[in-house]
Amino acid sequence: MATQNTKTLARLMMAPSVIALLVWMVIPLSMTLYYSFQNYNLLTPQNVSFGGFFNYQYFYTDPAFFTAIWNTLILVVGVLAITVIGGIAIGLLLDQPIFGQGIVRILVISPFFVMPPVAALIWKNMIMHPSYGVLADIAKFFGLQPVDWFAQYPLFSVIVIVAWQWLPFATLILLTALQSLDGEQKEAAEMDGANFVNRFIYLTLPHLSRAITVVILIQTIFLLGIYAEILVTTNGGPGYASTNLTFLIYRTARLGYDVGGGAAGGIIAVVLANIVAIFLMRAVGKNLDK
Amino acid sequence: MGSITLKKVSKVFGEAKVIPSIDLEIHDGEFVVFVGPSGCGKSTLLRLIAGLEDVSGGQILIDGKDVTENAPAQRGLAMVFQSYALYPHMSVRKNIAFPLKMAKMEQSKIDKKVEDAAKVLNLTDYLERRPGQLSGGQRQRVAIGRAIVREPSAFLFDEPLSNLDAALRGTMRLEISELHQQLKTTMVYVTHDQVEAMTMADKIVVLNRGNIEQVGSPLELYNTPRNLFVAGFIGSPRMNLIEGAYAQSKGAKTTGIRPEHLGISRDSGLWTGTITVAEHLGSDTFLHINSEVGTVNVRTNGELGYHHGDKVFLTPDENKLHRFDDKGLRL
Amino acid sequence: MARKTTTQTKIVWTVIAWVVALVIFFPILYAVITSFKTEPEAIDGFSLIPSGTFENYITVQTQRDYFKPFMNSVVLSIGSTILALIFAIPAAWAMAFAPTRRTKDILMWMLSTKMMPAVAVLLPIYILFRNFGLLDTRIGLTIMLTLINLPIVVWMLYTYFREIPGEILEAARMDGASLWKEIVYVLTPMAVPGIASTLLLNIILAWNEAFWTIQLSTTNAAPLTAFIASFSSPQGLFWAKLSAASTMAIAPILILGWFSQKQLVRGLTFGAVK
Repeated sequence: MATQNTKTLARLMMAPSVIALLVWMVIPLSMTLYYSFQNYNLLTPQNVSFGGFFNYQYFYTDPAFFTAIWNTLILVVGVLAITVIGGIAIGLLLDQPIFGQGIVRILVISPFFVMPPVAALIWKNMIMHPSYGVLADIAKFFGLQPVDWFAQYPLFSVIVIVAWQWLPFATLILLTALQSLDGEQKEAAEMDGANFVNRFIYLTLPHLSRAITVVILIQTIFLLGIYAEILVTTNGGPGYASTNLTFLIYRTARLGYDVGGGAAGGIIAVVLANIVAIFLMRAVGKNLDK
Repeated sequence: MGSITLKKVSKVFGEAKVIPSIDLEIHDGEFVVFVGPSGCGKSTLLRLIAGLEDVSGGQILIDGKDVTENAPAQRGLAMVFQSYALYPHMSVRKNIAFPLKMAKMEQSKIDKKVEDAAKVLNLTDYLERRPGQLSGGQRQRVAIGRAIVREPSAFLFDEPLSNLDAALRGTMRLEISELHQQLKTTMVYVTHDQVEAMTMADKIVVLNRGNIEQVGSPLELYNTPRNLFVAGFIGSPRMNLIEGAYAQSKGAKTTGIRPEHLGISRDSGLWTGTITVAEHLGSDTFLHINSEVGTVNVRTNGELGYHHGDKVFLTPDENKLHRFDDKGLRL
Repeated sequence: MARKTTTQTKIVWTVIAWVVALVIFFPILYAVITSFKTEPEAIDGFSLIPSGTFENYITVQTQRDYFKPFMNSVVLSIGSTILALIFAIPAAWAMAFAPTRRTKDILMWMLSTKMMPAVAVLLPIYILFRNFGLLDTRIGLTIMLTLINLPIVVWMLYTYFREIPGEILEAARMDGASLWKEIVYVLTPMAVPGIASTLLLNIILAWNEAFWTIQLSTTNAAPLTAFIASFSSPQGLFWAKLSAASTMAIAPILILGWFSQKQLVRGLTFGAVK
């Protein structure tokens, strides 16, 4: 469709965005790579020396490192489990005929638009607070001892907060996919004698598999970088109980002023993210061909 | 005023040579139809003439002037697209006025031309509506109106009737033909429908895989197809092609006889056969017959009462027999 | 699903759906209610009826100068969105209407930059910003927000542009429109809904961004995310005021979000789900 003059113009029009993103990627990333091999602490900026793989070794031998990786895994898997299963369930629910569909949808999608610090603070102070929170009130009503969520189950509490925020996203995606299921297919299945459970297993679930994959992959990208919720509630504690990789690197870099260490951690995070990205690219790429 | 000449025009898309080389003369005022199966290059050829695609080789001349390097707007042509391509956010009036606005014409002159065009096309009542509020036929007319006001040297139509239902197609066909009589401007029309081609064209260009198979008037193509492809493409139902002993006896590899030129009788004839399917349309009857020379179609008068299973005799009209050699060319 | 949905079934589903919806919405609801309580009320056990006082909203402004971070959020989200659009509209035009074999690859690469973990470049960015005097400045934060959301903006515009039938632009070309006129008179009016949707989604994403806005700001340029995050340590009991601050922080985006559900699905799944 394009003639010769439009082709050159097109390249010019893409250039600013491409250059901006290239600079944004290449320069900081190369700096990180460079720093990861240096002994560089912001508190003693004049004492910079080549450290080889020291920083990586430091991370590897630090017990906090493996705790952080493990926590990251639990965080991601936990939130995914809650949001996917919950998303399917609520999606199925909203697919039914109900009065006030519009308002119900609005209520359900709201948590996604609440900024993470606010979400975290509301849950920390109003819901989960051991003295004044709603859960504490409920416990006291039943004569039970209120749970100090962030002290006793820190990681779990963070999972709950993040899952609350992302449940609407999963629900919306899965609901959209559900509603795209051909009505005639369902009728054909009914005529073939399939009851609701069978229809769900053999018709609905396969149809949803694509949407579920998309939800999982996209959420994982964001869940690897959970930060504000941890910062505002537990600060990674008690100890390192609720520290994920992102938070650990943040602590090393910003609170410990350890540029070298932080950089090494950053590179490790990139490797992790790339593995996820490869899978996502394949799924999205297939769609671009449509 | 509106003559178009193509000299050795070729088009390559990546590795694919879509149009190897085409030479064609279109005279001023002619209604020329490009016809052919899907993928034959007819739309590509039209777009090359329009300037929406660059040629890979060759020249395009309009009224003797070389326009091969010119942008579409500078060629003095107007195009009516298959999907009408109306501007959805503009009223009918603004749609038709758009090319004149681009040419920086005075507003009062624009208004006059738009109203004239609207009158010709029966759109005066719809001038303030948006395309979304119009029917298919009305949209088609707006697209034509937008083309007319430019007073182009030639109109280009890219399968304009494909998106309309059958009844509307018949009406619009007539309207376009009448328009041509009225304006006497050159029209280049692309279609895959050979009925449209036969009924509207002064001259038909039959294309196949980027090559011109034959150029001629509708009746020329009907009576004297140059090769097997044209013989099979023009005429509905398709010409019956008979090879074997009969063809050899006529000195050809293949002989062709159209369904309407096969005589049918219950008593006697050259070939025997059994009717497999009889399609009764009332005015005509189309018979599909399993005969000794293969499966054959016959078109006959509707009142003769032939039915499935009947045994019949067939006799071809020797004056209307077509003969082709082993390369598929007419003998 | 079933043909004969009795009103009875509908009522049952309605009740279940509303219960679920209210449970999910509850934290937000409770925060809004608490914002209208007095501080003693707020900690005095569970109550759904506030006394209806506006004192918290006023105090938050007078005692903490709530206005400044609020304006910062506004400037940052709108500013970064406009900047992103300036870069993205031409790029998306080029990709949608003059695609080459590399176009798809370039688009995928752009999306991949969004997947780079922020922590990986935290330090270099921090150091660079410090050296260039961009720390705690609106400009610095705007640039960051533009960069991290640019891939999504380009992507969304690309999908919207692709939906504009190419033939209409060709018709404009045949009607004598130069490239500029084609863009102004035909493309832009037809793309306005798509651009508006993209604008909406990006404002939401920028407003809620809670990593770089916290890392790269201290006092002057701190938007609401950083402002609210600074209240994480429980010094003094001020939940009613916190609720008021939170309500004001989330209200604009909640409302925008309610209107942009479709855009959300399109934008954040990169079109993989329609």
